[in-house]
Amino acid sequence: MREITYAQAGIEALAEEMRRDNKVFHLSTDPPGPLLTEFGEARIRATPIAESALTGMAIGAAGSGYRPIVDWRQVTFAFVAMDQIVNQAAKIHYMFGGQTTFPILYRAGVGGGGRIAAQHSQSPYSMFMNMAGLKIVLASTPHDVKGLLKSAIRDDNPVISFESNRLGGMKGPVPDAGDDYTIPIGKADIKRAGTDITIVALAWQVHEALAAAEILDREGVSAEVLDPRTLVPMDADAIRASVRKTGRLLVADEAGPTCGASAEIATLVTEDPDCFRALKAPPKRVCALQVPIPYSPGLEDHVFPERNRIVAGVREVMGG
Amino acid sequence: MEVSPEKQRAMLRQMQTIRRFEERASDDYAAGNIYGVVHCYIGEEAVAVGVCSALTVDDKIISTHRGHGHCIAKGADLNRMMAELYGRETGYCKGKGGSMHIADFGIGMLGANGIVAGGLPIILGAGLAAQMDGRGGVAVCFFGDGASNAGPFHESINIAAKWKLPILYVCENNLHAAQTPASMTLAQPDVAARAQGYGIPGEIVDGNDVFAVHAVAAKAVARARAGDGPTLIECKTYRWRAHTERRGQVDHRDPAELEAWKAKDPIAHLATRMKAGTGGFTDAEFATMDAAILAEIQAAVDFSLASAFPEPDDALDDLFEPAAAGRN
Ligand SMILES: Cc1ncc(C[n+]2csc(CCOP(=O)(O)OP(=O)(O)O)c2C)c(N)n1
Repeated sequence: MREITYAQAGIEALAEEMRRDNKVFHLSTDPPGPLLTEFGEARIRATPIAESALTGMAIGAAGSGYRPIVDWRQVTFAFVAMDQIVNQAAKIHYMFGGQTTFPILYRAGVGGGGRIAAQHSQSPYSMFMNMAGLKIVLASTPHDVKGLLKSAIRDDNPVISFESNRLGGMKGPVPDAGDDYTIPIGKADIKRAGTDITIVALAWQVHEALAAAEILDREGVSAEVLDPRTLVPMDADAIRASVRKTGRLLVADEAGPTCGASAEIATLVTEDPDCFRALKAPPKRVCALQVPIPYSPGLEDHVFPERNRIVAGVREVMGG
Repeated sequence: MEVSPEKQRAMLRQMQTIRRFEERASDDYAAGNIYGVVHCYIGEEAVAVGVCSALTVDDKIISTHRGHGHCIAKGADLNRMMAELYGRETGYCKGKGGSMHIADFGIGMLGANGIVAGGLPIILGAGLAAQMDGRGGVAVCFFGDGASNAGPFHESINIAAKWKLPILYVCENNLHAAQTPASMTLAQPDVAARAQGYGIPGEIVDGNDVFAVHAVAAKAVARARAGDGPTLIECKTYRWRAHTERRGQVDHRDPAELEAWKAKDPIAHLATRMKAGTGGFTDAEFATMDAAILAEIQAAVDFSLASAFPEPDDALDDLFEPAAAGRN
């Protein structure tokens, strides 16, 4: 299989869906060049820097028979559109009694590592998980991002795709262009099978967890790395099945722990009686520190978990 | 602009239907049969009817927290509206929305909205869809003077103007936002004057004169259908009742101001003109029409009372599409 970057895989997904369905169009303050070339300005629209307007525009267009894609770019900029996301997009299908569908894809970059400080480095997906009515995907590989974005465009609900900024340049195997595969929304993926501990890792942390698993393997610890891929709906069955098998859980997230996706995952496990009984040790979370992301390299790196912290966390759980 | 006698009758009937519907809704609210909050449109009926009578069923509108008039003027079903207010499963939103969230996508009514200025961004999408469809559809956004001070107003009209979207921005300037007089919040008194800043026409119209509203709306619709872009229409009007029907709601407005506007009752004004006109309209016809409207509204209440409340477990329906996916 050919290898392409995560960013390229995302663009391919959009292009394939736009070719397949002429109701799909794209709104952003900064339209992607390749799409603009192929589809032209009418379908790849450059908008003013007016995120509230374009977020809402997608709702009105979706309710009028189109399938809009809005690229907020950084999640940072989505915050000025919170009314349209939270009060409108998340609720409109439900509060109008399911009269019509609102197929919308919103895309947003998350995460840190770029030394661009607090406003541009954040991973607030749990805020959006907390709002009933939004589906949320979080892909960790080029293969997954392409398949999930294609599913999200075909989905009849508002879907937010959070895409870790650290992954944009990462290469990985992806089926040939035009090979029409999708990845179901709501299905987790075991990225590495193991028997001693389940590491549920999100986005960039999937790669750190895989690296940690290699280190642990040399110590005789067999770690299973599970990637939920979708945060809403969360594949609780897959997570619980893995924990019932291994008896141990560590969650790795590049967001802070407070009310985070990591907290949700830990709870899914502990509140399930079978899972709880299967636990041989208390679950552990390895998350970013609960601060706005700082600028200076030493500070920024200190805030984020990475493979060594995951390894240390696993040793703690194994010893516990 | 000439409005045929039949059309005049239809306008009068709709305006009176809005008024009677809301009189009943406020009574039933006071009696405890309608819950939460109800914002009445009484006194402003000529705006919704004047604008919507310039539209076809394929055109789209989006509404506000004060949305009953817009729904009725666009052709919504009174039974399903009243049932929604009554919280019944036969309501437009199966009891999930209530007064502030009535929608009927089948007739191009894209929903009332509990967030001031919430509809302004959304209507852009309906306007864009109409433009991309290329069939001459238009989209109308109703909003208040209060909403005109919110950020989405600027973001949205700028885009609509730049892209020449077929949209009518209809500001219902009833001179107050909740308890706050517009004179305390508008940097300059005419919302329509802001149109200049976006390079689009801005029209001020007597919002209590349904013919005047209709004429301005029809001109803006023609302009939009021709591909010439949006118009900002400001209708000067007044609401007769308090901001909401909530018990204990005090109305700080000057009673003399209210009386002066009641003297400009848009319905009485229209009926008087119709009687003076050539269409043969009489007081007796008005009385017959009103009795028929009251019967329709009673039927809507009966329909609501005969309808079941949703099952508690239905609260889980419609979170996601397909519906079953919501139950997880
Ligand atoms: C964003 C927001 N802020 C405040 C409110 C509370 N609120 C509801 S209606 C209203 C007044 C709106 O005034 P206007 O837009 O002029 O409409 P009118 O009620 O006069 O029809 C306010 C402040 C709200 N619903 N949404």
